[in-house]
Amino acid sequence: MNARILPYVLILPVTLFLCLFFLYPFVLVSKQAFSTGAGFTLDNFREVVSYWKFPISMQNTLLLAAAVVPVQLALALLMATMVNKMQKGRDIVLYIWTIPLGISDLAAGIIWLAIFEQSGFLNSMMSGLGIVDQPVNFLSYQHPGVVFLAIALAEIWRATAIMLVILVAGIGLIPKEYYEAAEVFGASPWKRFTRITLPMLRPSLQTALVLRVILAFEIFAVVAALGGTLFPVLMGETYAYQFDLLNSGAAAAMALIILGISIAFTLVILRVLRVPKGATI
Amino acid sequence: MTDATASDVAPDTRATGRTLYIASVVFLCAWVIVPIYFLLINTLSSPETVNSFPKPFWPEFDLGSLTFFAGFAGMLTALKNSVIVAAMTMVMSIVIGAPAGYALSRFEFPGKGLFRLLILLTRAFPLPLLALPLAVMFIQTGLDDTAFGLALVHTTLAIPFAVLITFSLFSGIPMELEEAAWTLGCTRLTAFTKVVLPLILPGITASAIFAFVISWNEVFAAAVLTIENRTLTAFLLQNLDTSPLHLKFAGGFILVVPALIFIFAVRKYLFAMWGIANR
Repeated sequence: MNARILPYVLILPVTLFLCLFFLYPFVLVSKQAFSTGAGFTLDNFREVVSYWKFPISMQNTLLLAAAVVPVQLALALLMATMVNKMQKGRDIVLYIWTIPLGISDLAAGIIWLAIFEQSGFLNSMMSGLGIVDQPVNFLSYQHPGVVFLAIALAEIWRATAIMLVILVAGIGLIPKEYYEAAEVFGASPWKRFTRITLPMLRPSLQTALVLRVILAFEIFAVVAALGGTLFPVLMGETYAYQFDLLNSGAAAAMALIILGISIAFTLVILRVLRVPKGATI
Repeated sequence: MTDATASDVAPDTRATGRTLYIASVVFLCAWVIVPIYFLLINTLSSPETVNSFPKPFWPEFDLGSLTFFAGFAGMLTALKNSVIVAAMTMVMSIVIGAPAGYALSRFEFPGKGLFRLLILLTRAFPLPLLALPLAVMFIQTGLDDTAFGLALVHTTLAIPFAVLITFSLFSGIPMELEEAAWTLGCTRLTAFTKVVLPLILPGITASAIFAFVISWNEVFAAAVLTIENRTLTAFLLQNLDTSPLHLKFAGGFILVVPALIFIFAVRKYLFAMWGIANR
């Protein structure tokens, strides 16, 4: 086959597939969100936003993202730099640290449920140490702080690995010469980290943050497993509209709101961490 | 004198730093492993122990919970559905995605930038949300509540990764190898099957496994798109409120096991995949 047409033939299946299952449903969901049967309307949005659970689920989702993502970023950076100078056991440590990458959010929620539930391991430890006499029902409305903490910990536990992988790959691409030069000029390890690693890592940081922030707004199963209805989040409300309330127009409106927040944050991250043209490695 | 004290202090702080470093590595490993170990204890304990207090800190190797899990109505079907959907996703995302990865690595063509943008765009979207409109579309086409319909959505999730990963894998194989094969009488196709494919196969397997895991773990779209033919994640999610603890824990453990094996199988490729997919 002719080398001119060949690339287009090769990308045709993906393009068709994505048009049919990505762009088209996107158009459909927008149409659904902006109509209630007859013509263009914002009724779905009005209904969704004025529901009493909306502000709280929005607040919960944003708070959770604000609490989880910075910790994950710091932790992933720490782990990546630690692994970078490791000589012995690098492979096994990296394997262990990336295990959560393959674990679903639902399974992660269940894992942390084993720790936080009333007869769970946290209670067992605390009573073993004599801190409490009776097991405490942590995941109840009396302990909203613990519910939040449990969900945040499960998220940090599960999803730091994806950032770690991206950052380790990114650090691997930084030429060693920069560090050698810095060492010659007597730069401290901290200086080397802030002056070489961080700036050179910008494209990876961008990817990692965009991916993580978007996934943070999609949080759903971890919350379902740990908080249930105690901790409403946007994605959970979307699911409730679709299934419990059978209102697909409202669900579509919720979907577009989540999409809107995701895009807004993506643009902010891309802007803040933008890579100057021609400055890539 | 000052020299002596300085050299006295230096190894000491270095040793402290070293200890601190090793301690934090061990701590972070424990942070990952211990929660999984707790789940393992619960899975390998009898239902009575799982619901009792306080918990033992080592498993009693009782298969009661797992037997209960296997006997729970619909659970094994859900497990089977999960495997079928994930296998379909694996095959489709590689068959559809790998050619595009090859095209990106080997050709410069007008529209390449646009195509890459489309791929990257999909990563910036909360894709499971697209299951909502697809639910309607699937009812019209008879794909609703089928493994194939769900696999299509999961393939959408997995395809950007499949394209970018295969792109980075193909980029790692020098064009010269193929060109040499052409001069030795191979056509483009035979050069590909005889030279490139054997070299790329392990990497392709790794990205196929990655696609499998993406599908295996997906919860939201699975819960939206299946009703009778629930996958394991959708089934567990649906029964979270009503199912007893030992069922949840055994189910969670079954979800985790493939992840452990898969990440081990693809660990070598994990970083190479992301290294180039970044750019």
